[in-house]
Amino acid sequence: MDMQKIKELTELNGVSGNEDLVREYIKTTISPYVDEIFTDALGNLIAFKKGKSSNIDIMLSAHMDEVGFIVTGYTDTGLIKFANVGGIDERILPGKTVLLGDDKIPGVISAKAIHLQEREEFLSNWKQRNLYIDIGTEKKDETESLVELGEYISFNSNFQELGEECVKAKALDDRLGCAILMEALKGTYEFNLYACFTVQEEIGLRGAEVAAYRIKPDLALVIEGTTCSDVPETEKHQHSTRLGKGAVLTIIDGSSYADKDLVNYIYKLAKDKNIPVQFKETATGGNDAGKIQRTGIGVKVAIISVPCRYIHSPVSLMSKKDYESSQNLALAVLEDMSSNMNKLQSLIKEEK
Amino acid sequence: MVIKSVLKELTELGGVSGYEYRVSEILSNHFKEYCDDVQIDKFGNVVGLKKGTNSEKKIMVTAHYDEIGLLVKSIDENGFIRFAKIGGIDPKILLAGEVIIYGEKTLPGVIGAKPPHLLSPEERKKTVKIQDLYIDTGMSFDEVTKYVTIGDYITFKPISLELKSDYFATKALDNRCSFASMLVALEELKGLRQEFDIYFVATVQEEVHLTGAITASYNIEPDLAIVVDVCHGEMPDVPKERSSACGKGPAIAIGPVLDKKLTKKLLEKAKNENIKYQIDVESGGTGTEAWATQVSRCGIPTVLISIPLKYMHTPVETLSISDVSSVGRLIARFTASLVIEDFKQKEASLWTCKK
Amino acid sequence: MFELLTRLTQTFGVSGNEEEIRSLIINEIKGKVDNISIDPLGNLIAMKKGNVNKDNCKKIMLAAHMDEIGIIVTHIDEKGFIRFSNIGGVSPFVSISQRVKFKNGTIGVVSYEQKLDDIKNLKLPKMYIDIGAKSREETEMMINIGDTACFCGDSVKQGDYAISKAMDNRCGCTVAIGVINKLKDIETDNEIYFVFTVQEEVGLRGAKTSAYQIMPDIAIALDVTSTGDRPESNIMEVKLGKGPAIKIKDSSVICHPEVKKLLVAAAKRINIPYQYEILEAGGTDAGAIHTTCGGIPSGAVSIPTRYIHSPAEMVSLEDLENAVKLVTEAIK
Repeated sequence: MDMQKIKELTELNGVSGNEDLVREYIKTTISPYVDEIFTDALGNLIAFKKGKSSNIDIMLSAHMDEVGFIVTGYTDTGLIKFANVGGIDERILPGKTVLLGDDKIPGVISAKAIHLQEREEFLSNWKQRNLYIDIGTEKKDETESLVELGEYISFNSNFQELGEECVKAKALDDRLGCAILMEALKGTYEFNLYACFTVQEEIGLRGAEVAAYRIKPDLALVIEGTTCSDVPETEKHQHSTRLGKGAVLTIIDGSSYADKDLVNYIYKLAKDKNIPVQFKETATGGNDAGKIQRTGIGVKVAIISVPCRYIHSPVSLMSKKDYESSQNLALAVLEDMSSNMNKLQSLIKEEK
Repeated sequence: MVIKSVLKELTELGGVSGYEYRVSEILSNHFKEYCDDVQIDKFGNVVGLKKGTNSEKKIMVTAHYDEIGLLVKSIDENGFIRFAKIGGIDPKILLAGEVIIYGEKTLPGVIGAKPPHLLSPEERKKTVKIQDLYIDTGMSFDEVTKYVTIGDYITFKPISLELKSDYFATKALDNRCSFASMLVALEELKGLRQEFDIYFVATVQEEVHLTGAITASYNIEPDLAIVVDVCHGEMPDVPKERSSACGKGPAIAIGPVLDKKLTKKLLEKAKNENIKYQIDVESGGTGTEAWATQVSRCGIPTVLISIPLKYMHTPVETLSISDVSSVGRLIARFTASLVIEDFKQKEASLWTCKK
Repeated sequence: MFELLTRLTQTFGVSGNEEEIRSLIINEIKGKVDNISIDPLGNLIAMKKGNVNKDNCKKIMLAAHMDEIGIIVTHIDEKGFIRFSNIGGVSPFVSISQRVKFKNGTIGVVSYEQKLDDIKNLKLPKMYIDIGAKSREETEMMINIGDTACFCGDSVKQGDYAISKAMDNRCGCTVAIGVINKLKDIETDNEIYFVFTVQEEVGLRGAKTSAYQIMPDIAIALDVTSTGDRPESNIMEVKLGKGPAIKIKDSSVICHPEVKKLLVAAAKRINIPYQYEILEAGGTDAGAIHTTCGGIPSGAVSIPTRYIHSPAEMVSLEDLENAVKLVTEAIK
C-alpha cells in the first residue's frame, strides 16, 4: 500500500483554524479529477463531481484539521504560554517538541527535572497552564518578534514506518480520511458526489455543520480515524477497536447514531467482498457525522473509520492493512451504490 | 571543532548506564586525536592521558558518558514491550514518547498513552507509573522477539533540535555535553604549557551507582579531581537558588564536598581569563561524581564545574552551546595553571595511606 | 538437597549475629576446601586453590550471604512486653501474629496496639512481642535489650517446592555448598573463594570488606530473587521452577556483560534451563562488590523465590539443583 500521500499529508501542519497548507495540497492534487472546487467562508474545501445520470447527492466527509496548540502569551524571560486546540490529554505534553507558525520554528515543551520535584509534585500531573514552550530565546521582545500571539503550534513528529505493518505519524486523524476521499474522487459515479474536506472538526464539528447545510445531501459517509485501545492495561471491553482487524463501522458514538439500514448494507457489502470489518465497541467520541445527521430535515449517515492507537498524540499509529480495508470498503460502497441505483434509492427513502 | 556537530554526534549515540561499552570506541577515537595514551577499562571508562612535563602529580578530569534509559523487562503475547528504568526517569514524561530499542537490530517504538476519549476524570488526575506503560513497535510477538530480548536497552529518540540563539535541545546532553567540553579543553591545551599529567576520563554508570567514578579514582589515584557535569538551568518554576542561567558560563560549585582552596583558585582563574561564571551552591551530595571522588581511598581534593541544562532527564534537555565552550576553556586554563603548591604536600610516612 | 536446605534455614543467623550459621556451614564444608578463614566482620571465607600454572587462572569470588532478617529488642516495658526494631527489611504487615525465636530458644508472638486508629498506619513502633512473661523481671531473665530474634517458619517440602523462613539467603548458601561438594575432588583451573558473607540485609556490608581483602577478578553473588508468577503480580519474567535466574540488573548493580555471558554460555553448554532477571526493587552483595577497589566485574545467579522476607518463602528445589550445576560449570 503506497503511503506517500499519508506521509505528505500528515507532515503538513494544519491545526483547527489554520488548515490552509492542507487545503492547498489537496486542492492541487484533486483538481484534475473533479468538476468543481469551492472553498467556503470557514475554509471547507468542497469538491463536486456531477453524477452521470442521477441527482441524488452523496456527501463524503473527512476533516483536514488536527489537534494542536495556539500561542496565548509570553513570560518575561521569553518563554511561550499556550493553550490546547482540540482535545489533548495534557499529561502527554511535558518533554515533547513542537513547531511554531508557518516558519516551523522548533520549540520544546517544558518538563521539570525529576531532581527538582518535591514528593507531592512528583505524584501529581502538571497543569497545562504551568507549562511553557521554549524556543531558545532569552527575552520577551525577542520572542515576540519571532512568534505572534495567536500563532498556531503543531506537534513535531515525522511519518515513520514501524515494523512491516504499521505507520506512526501525527494527525492520522484525519489525514487518512482526506487521503481516502482523494482516492474516491478518481472514480466516476451515477450520483452527484460532494467530497468535503472540512475544517475545525476537532473543536466542535464546525466545518461540517455549514458544509452539510450548504449541500443538504441525501446520504453522507464520514471517513475518520478512530480510537483504538487494544493495548496493555486496558480491559478487553474498553479496546473500542482492534488494530489489524479491519475497517471500523460505528453503530453509535457520542455525537451520532448511524443509520441502521446503511450500516447493515455496508457491513454486508464488506462481507461479500471479503473486506475485513469490525464494529466499534465503545460509544464515546464524536465526528462530523454528528452535525451532518442533524442538518436540515436530517441526513442518513454512516461512518467508516481506521483504528488509530494513541490518537490525538504525536505518535498515533495505524495498520496499513486497516487503512487499505477502509479505503477498499469506502470505494466499494460508492461503486456498489453507483451500480445499484435502486438500492441507493431505497436506502435514502424515508420510511412511511 | 564545531561543537554543535560534536554534540549532535555524541547525543545520537545509544549508551545507557551499564551498556556504555557499545559506544566507548567512538569516544576513545575522539581522545586519540589529542592524548598520548588512551585505554578503555573493564567497565568501559575511557581514559585519555595527556602527559605533562612533571609526572609527580596527577590531575583527573571526569565526565560521565552514560545516559538514563529503559530496559526491556518483558514482551507480552501481543508484542508490547514492558520496561524497567535505568537511572532517574520521571514516568510523567514518557507518555506518547518515542524511543529506540537496541536489540539485534535497532528498532523505533512509541510509548503508548490511553486516548483522552477513554479516560475518566479520575484517571486523568492520576500520574502514570512505569508499570502502566508499554512500548509499541507495531510488530507482533513473533516479529519483535526476532530482534528484541529481555535485558536489551532503550533510549529516548534523539531530537537534535537547534533552537534560537545558540540553544540546542536533545536527549543525553546530560552528560555528553561535558565530554564535548573535555574535547574543547584538549584542543585548548595544545597551545598551553601543561606541567602535570592530566587523565581525562569518560566515566560510566554515574546515573546508577557512580561505578565509573569510584573505579577510575581508585585506579588512577589522582592528587586532584575535576568533575564536569550538568546542573539545572534556570526555569520559571524553579527557585533561582537551585539553578544557573544558560548562556552565562560555567557554574562553579561551592560546598562541603568541594575543596575550598582549589575552588577559590578556580574562581580566580575564571576571573583572570575573563570567563563569565556563576556560583552553584551545593549544600549536600551535589548529585554528581564529586560525591565519590572526594572519598576515594584516602580522599581526593575535588572541584566541580557544571554546564547549566534545562529540562534535565527528559528528551528535550536544552543548553547554550557557548557554555560548553566556556567550560572547556576553563578546564584547560585551570589545569595548565596548576603548580606544585596547589597540591597537598607529601605526608610523613606515618600518615601514608595504608595499602 | 532439601535436608541441607532445612538444616541451614532453621539455624539462627540474624544480621550481625551469624555465629551459629557460620559454625554449621564450617561443619558442612571442612575438608572439602583448601583453606577456611574468618575475617574481622565475621565473613566465612573458604578458598579452593586453582591451577596457578594455567595462564588464564582467574580469582573468582562467590558470595552467598548467610544472614537473615530479624528483629532487635529496644525496650522492655513494665509488664514484660518487648518493643523492637527491624534488622533488614521487615514488613510490619507480614509480621502480625508471627512467631519469633530468640537465640536462646525463647519464642515470642508479634502483635500490634489494638487501639491503632487505622491499620494502614501500622508501623513497627506500634508493635510489640509477647513472650508470655508475667513481669518485666521475668522477661529480663531471658531477654536483654539488644537481643535479636528471627522469624519462625519451619521447612516443608511439597513436590518440587519447598517452603521455609530464611530461604533468603540459605538457598544461596546451599548452592555454594553444593558447588563445593561438586568440586571437592576436582582440580579447578581457577582459584575460587566461597564467601559466606555477613550483614547483607543491613547494607551489603560483609561483601564489601571481603571483596577488598580478596580482590577477585570476577565475582558472582548467589542470592534469591522475586517472581512475577503470582496472581496480579507486578510484571517480572522470572518464574518458579523455570531455572536459576541470571541477573541483568537490580537496584544495587548492573551486572557486567562478561559475567552474564559467562553464565549464559555455561547454562547452554550443560543444557539447563535459565531465566533473565531484572529486579526493580532489591539488591544483593554484587552491589557492594562491583565498586570495590578498582572495580570488580560482577554478576549474580538468583534462585526464584516467592514471598521473600516472609516466614514462608517458597522455592523450587529443581531450580536449586540447576543453580549448583550452572555455577559449577561456569567457574571451574
